[in-house]
Amino acid sequence: MAEILLEHVGKTYPGGTQAVSDVSLSVADGEFIVLVGPSGCGKSTLLRMVAGLEDISAGTVTIGGRVVNRLEPAERDIAMVFQNYALYPHMTVRENMSWGLKNRRIPKDEIAARVEEAARMLELHPYLDRKPRALSGGQRQRVAMGRAIVRQPAAFLFDEPLSNLDAKLRVTMRGEILKLQKRLGTTALYVTHDQLEAMTLADRLVVLNGGQIEQVGRPLEVYHRPASTFVAAFIGAPAMNLLDARIEAGHLRLAGVDLGRVEGEARAVTLGIRAEDLQLLQSGGLPFRIDVIEELGAGRVVHGFVEDQPLCVSLPSGAELPAQLHLGVAPEALHLFDAITGKRLPQSVHRSAKVRA
Amino acid sequence: MTASPVVPSPFLRLRQWWTRPSAHPAKVAQFDRPLAPWLFVAPQLLIVAIFFYWPSVQAVTSSFYLEDPFGFGAAFVGLDNYREALSSTEYRNIAGFTALFAATVTALSLGLGLLLAVKADAVMRGAGAYKTALISVYAIAPPVVGLIGMMMFDMHIGPFTKAAALFGWEMRVGIDYRDTAVALITVAVWKQIPYNFIFFLSGLQAVPSSVREAALIDARSGWRRFRDVTLPLLAPTGFFLLVINITYALFDTFGIIDVMVKDKPANNPITLVYKVYLDGFKGNDIGGSSAQSVILMVVVAALTVAQFRLIERRVHYG
Ligand SMILES: Nc1ncnc2c1ncn2[C@@H]1O[C@H](COP(=O)(O)OP(=O)(O)OP(=O)(O)O)[C@@H](O)[C@H]1O
Ligand SMILES: [Mg+2]
Repeated sequence: MAEILLEHVGKTYPGGTQAVSDVSLSVADGEFIVLVGPSGCGKSTLLRMVAGLEDISAGTVTIGGRVVNRLEPAERDIAMVFQNYALYPHMTVRENMSWGLKNRRIPKDEIAARVEEAARMLELHPYLDRKPRALSGGQRQRVAMGRAIVRQPAAFLFDEPLSNLDAKLRVTMRGEILKLQKRLGTTALYVTHDQLEAMTLADRLVVLNGGQIEQVGRPLEVYHRPASTFVAAFIGAPAMNLLDARIEAGHLRLAGVDLGRVEGEARAVTLGIRAEDLQLLQSGGLPFRIDVIEELGAGRVVHGFVEDQPLCVSLPSGAELPAQLHLGVAPEALHLFDAITGKRLPQSVHRSAKVRA
Repeated sequence: MTASPVVPSPFLRLRQWWTRPSAHPAKVAQFDRPLAPWLFVAPQLLIVAIFFYWPSVQAVTSSFYLEDPFGFGAAFVGLDNYREALSSTEYRNIAGFTALFAATVTALSLGLGLLLAVKADAVMRGAGAYKTALISVYAIAPPVVGLIGMMMFDMHIGPFTKAAALFGWEMRVGIDYRDTAVALITVAVWKQIPYNFIFFLSGLQAVPSSVREAALIDARSGWRRFRDVTLPLLAPTGFFLLVINITYALFDTFGIIDVMVKDKPANNPITLVYKVYLDGFKGNDIGGSSAQSVILMVVVAALTVAQFRLIERRVHYG
């Protein structure tokens, strides 16, 4: 159990790809950190640098107070769970779990006890003497978890461990991983591009974009106060609507409609609205033209346009909708971003005295 | 040798096909007329019959006869030819050398091939162009290497002979028994290494990189990773090569021996196959030579069966 400290960590692959640049992050003991971001943003690279599977081009990585930059993976006191499980195909489940311990000269009865305990936690008993090829994907996944657990490492590293499982199993395993991590209290770094996994597992989320940290925060904090249009569009489903709006004479205007009072001089801004923050109005508000309706059972997502800008709205299922809707949104639910840099603007929108939102 | 280097174990495929024919239903063609499949395999069967079965039957038959050297007839002598071969000291000596030769050549060419493959694999991970370059060189080399090797040990111009001379060892290949044995083994090993190298290399490249990385996290010692993870995963390739290499050492080294002993087999080391050739074609003792080749055939068959029985079971197929 240990804290992990990343200081100005960077990675340049031979050939010049700058996969990670200037990442600094402090992970507390026992914390569950999820690294999330689109494909190719450097999540795996960052994780593999912590594991020691990639050289660190810049900065330092400290695990439990030890700078590990120059240590072999086996000396870093970490355990990793791979996307394709990476079990040793010629060893039984028991051997898969105990081999790493044997190499660390842990006494035989201690090894047996740890394997026993892990097998109990993961319900692997019936499979201990099978080879991996005789296991289902979910069982292999659990063996990979078991191999990490028996090591009792300072930190768990997960690289998309659930992405080869079907949707239902993924949800189950997600719960199991979270339970195990909390019970063991082991620091965890978890890479995923599935934002639902990220939201449910993380104590803190790290959103990466192009090899750099875009935002770090608790999942709800990131959800409610995205630091940039990138995060806003990445976290949450359906993705946050991003619209071109203007600040004019102290008011925020979209499609000619006054959405509330806001400080600042006249300028173009990017306005972020979550689909679930929009409500139907009888009249007034934003004029909305329906294009496509996705029925999800519990609710529906309505895609359409405000003037020429695409927008989607989450609405409860129910009656037929007319082709034209009137939409309202509370000023507190509006997010303002710089139209050029995409960074969140400090000011917030307030209810206009005379305008009904 | 028809096996392709990209498949780590041709035996595996053979075995799967043999034991679980229904596992690949898509690959099983259905023929409406039962004649068609026979027509397809007929050319192959014909070749096997003419070049394999027919000579084998001939060999077995003539091993029971004492043939007149001038072809004027043959007398049935029962097992006399076998008795004579097996009781001859010369034959036993040659059999001894053959066993030693086969064991040494197999062990050395497998070991060195594996060593080179492991080293090359470490350098080549991810470097595609490098890989192609290395493999293409090794794929072209083998037939040429045998010839070059023989020149290397030439008494007058061979660099190996000269190098040995520097250490005060006057090599007389083709004349001195031990010198010739060393040269034979060296060239035979040298010729076989590239073949083993390619198979081992492709076997190594087939080990998933995440499995290697998992091992990297689980074990500090490179030797342990190699012994406990890489080597077992290479076992199917190794077993295949073991069978191939023994066969090679026993039979395919004929050409090397022929060049090295230069028609002076008297005090030179030769293998059983070469003896079969000497007695049959030089000595015109067709009956004795046939008996020897039948003995050889039985030994090789027994060896192969033993290998499959004893080793193949312990080999892990992915
Ligand atoms: N061995 C390598 N050599 C050169 N470039 C690499 C190497 N591995 C990764 N990259 C590059 O580094 C960048 C980050 O890759 P990385 O694998 O970390 O992405 P990722 O965030 O894990 O993506 P994914 O979600 O698809 O797994 C990518 O642009 C990738 O092309
Ligand atoms: Mg990745």
